[in-house]
Amino acid sequence: MSKKTVLTGQHFMHGDHACAEGALAAGCRFFGGYPITPSTEIAERLARRLPEVGGVFIQMEDELGSTAAVIGASAGGARAMTATSGPGFSLMMENLGLAVMMEIPCVLVNIQRGSPSTGLPTMAGQSDVMQARWGSHGDYAIVAYAPWSPQEMFDLTVLSFNTADRYRVPVLLMADEVVGHMVERVEIPATGEIPYWPRKRPIAPPNGRFLPFLAEDDDLVPPIAHAGEGYKLHFTGLTHDAFGYPDMTATTHHDLVTRLKNKVGRNAKKIIRVDEYYLDDADIVVIAYGCTARSARRSVRLARQKGIRAGLLRPITLWPFPEERLKELAMTVDSFIVAEMNLGQIALEIERIIRGPVKGIFHAGGSMIAPEPILQAIEEANGV
Amino acid sequence: MSEVQISERHPLDGVIRTDRMPHIWCAGCGIGIVMRCYGQAILDSGIEIKNHVVVSGIGCSGRVAGYMNMDSYHTTHGRAIPFATGLKLANPDLMVTVFSGDGDLAAIGGNHLIHAARRNIDIKVICVNNFTYGMTGGQAGPTTPLGAMATTAPFGNPELPFNLPFLLSAAGANYVSRWTALHARQVRQEILLGFNKPGFVFIEVLSPCPVGFGKSNRIEDALAELSMYRDRCVLVDKDTRIEQVGIDLREEREIYVGNFVDRDQLPYTPPRFKEEQ
Repeated sequence: MSKKTVLTGQHFMHGDHACAEGALAAGCRFFGGYPITPSTEIAERLARRLPEVGGVFIQMEDELGSTAAVIGASAGGARAMTATSGPGFSLMMENLGLAVMMEIPCVLVNIQRGSPSTGLPTMAGQSDVMQARWGSHGDYAIVAYAPWSPQEMFDLTVLSFNTADRYRVPVLLMADEVVGHMVERVEIPATGEIPYWPRKRPIAPPNGRFLPFLAEDDDLVPPIAHAGEGYKLHFTGLTHDAFGYPDMTATTHHDLVTRLKNKVGRNAKKIIRVDEYYLDDADIVVIAYGCTARSARRSVRLARQKGIRAGLLRPITLWPFPEERLKELAMTVDSFIVAEMNLGQIALEIERIIRGPVKGIFHAGGSMIAPEPILQAIEEANGV
Repeated sequence: MSEVQISERHPLDGVIRTDRMPHIWCAGCGIGIVMRCYGQAILDSGIEIKNHVVVSGIGCSGRVAGYMNMDSYHTTHGRAIPFATGLKLANPDLMVTVFSGDGDLAAIGGNHLIHAARRNIDIKVICVNNFTYGMTGGQAGPTTPLGAMATTAPFGNPELPFNLPFLLSAAGANYVSRWTALHARQVRQEILLGFNKPGFVFIEVLSPCPVGFGKSNRIEDALAELSMYRDRCVLVDKDTRIEQVGIDLREEREIYVGNFVDRDQLPYTPPRFKEEQ
């Protein structure tokens, strides 16, 4: 294996490995993790690759520790990441809330498998997507991406680090076992072409007046200082004021939690990404993400061959959800079909936004949803 | 009558966030004494304050992070040690100290405690052991002595407590000591020594919790608990067996204090790239 940081060129690459290479290309220099199928290949790849580029790999005792270590490393200034699957993701919910409250950037990768509990360790699922949004206690907002190919495992991992740093927010890469274990063409750009959005840093010197949790800019993101820079800052999971000091008052609490939620909401337009196929004249729109969107694209193509005006909306950001785009579509589209490898989670969000029912093609997980049932639903909708 | 000298300065000015005073601790609590020892050791360390970082978990002792005038992280319950691990590995120039309580470190954070000791991570852990969960009002915990009364052990604690030095020794810590809040000089010296000792350093400091523990266990007040320490504390010697230094308050047994473990195992270092053969 190369000692190069960025493996520029064409590869026939495993999805989990593409994620690991995306992390390195993005400048990730700390990985704390715990083995769990089907994400383990990310840890294995980084165990070998991080030392090659001067980074730190540590296998922690559990996912509680992994996530805490990742947040600690990021507080020290490193781009840091962990990777897991359902059971580990549940353990990560605790410190996800800490990262939200401390506004410390981090990237958590979830290669989803059949859930709940131990479920189907080696088989695909998409049933943690609501947990990604609501899994830690309290009101908060995060950013979550759903890659559908090894290429996106690379690209969206890079984007995850950039988004996390740009908005001081945890970013969740919500992949699935199919995409994680798929081997496909991956094109890695030249080093200079890898996007890099730095963290917003304080302008005031360490002995000057710097309020680490005062968001003066329109984006509601305060600058961040790291341990050892001399700012003598306090970070706490408790409700805190602009200094970072605990402030147990209802007003401070309401203002802080509202800002943390709005930080993502106000920047949603910049954050949201979608992929669209045949939507210009579509009467019937399929909405699918991750590996399911691959089947859905096939279904839509087959429907087009039969003369049915079907299209595909593939949310790349699951959270924040592409609400505005969906509302636009709802003005002209007759029916929506939602395909996902769970018993109807994102479908709930879509029904909320369009204020009407959708046709759901749901499967609890274990095997990909094939194009046929989606095509059948398109044909049925067309026949109505 | 001699003239009273009023100083405008406190010896710990600079290391304590005076704008955060008064602190939240009850009268008679020992945490403040230990925090003072930590602050003094920082001043004595010769290491720039900007390179000292304190990480704490949840509970009364966890509040120390908020009172130290330096980079400080008040994390989730039990997770101070893995947070500190990530911080130290990302920035090895930092002197990372975990300051937390027995419940936080040995119960909810117990797994992280033993694994950080096993790895011999180069962090310093100050564990204030008051035998109880103070902030939530005196529940039984992993260090509550057998038979002691607690709000969740109204008939006396049915469980055996951890013998923390024995646990940490078995787990692989480089340096393990125990003192009490009465031993302010020794605690300060021990923390200072810890800064200069590579690897995982664990310093247990027994402390009165007059409200959460003392009141329900017939210890009249904090002073009475400190007197008990004075009467019962015995300095560890070569004949002391570490498996027998657990604390049992029911009988008039000795409380062993001093240094139990002093090893020179290399601290954890992240793997570096090696050319394959």
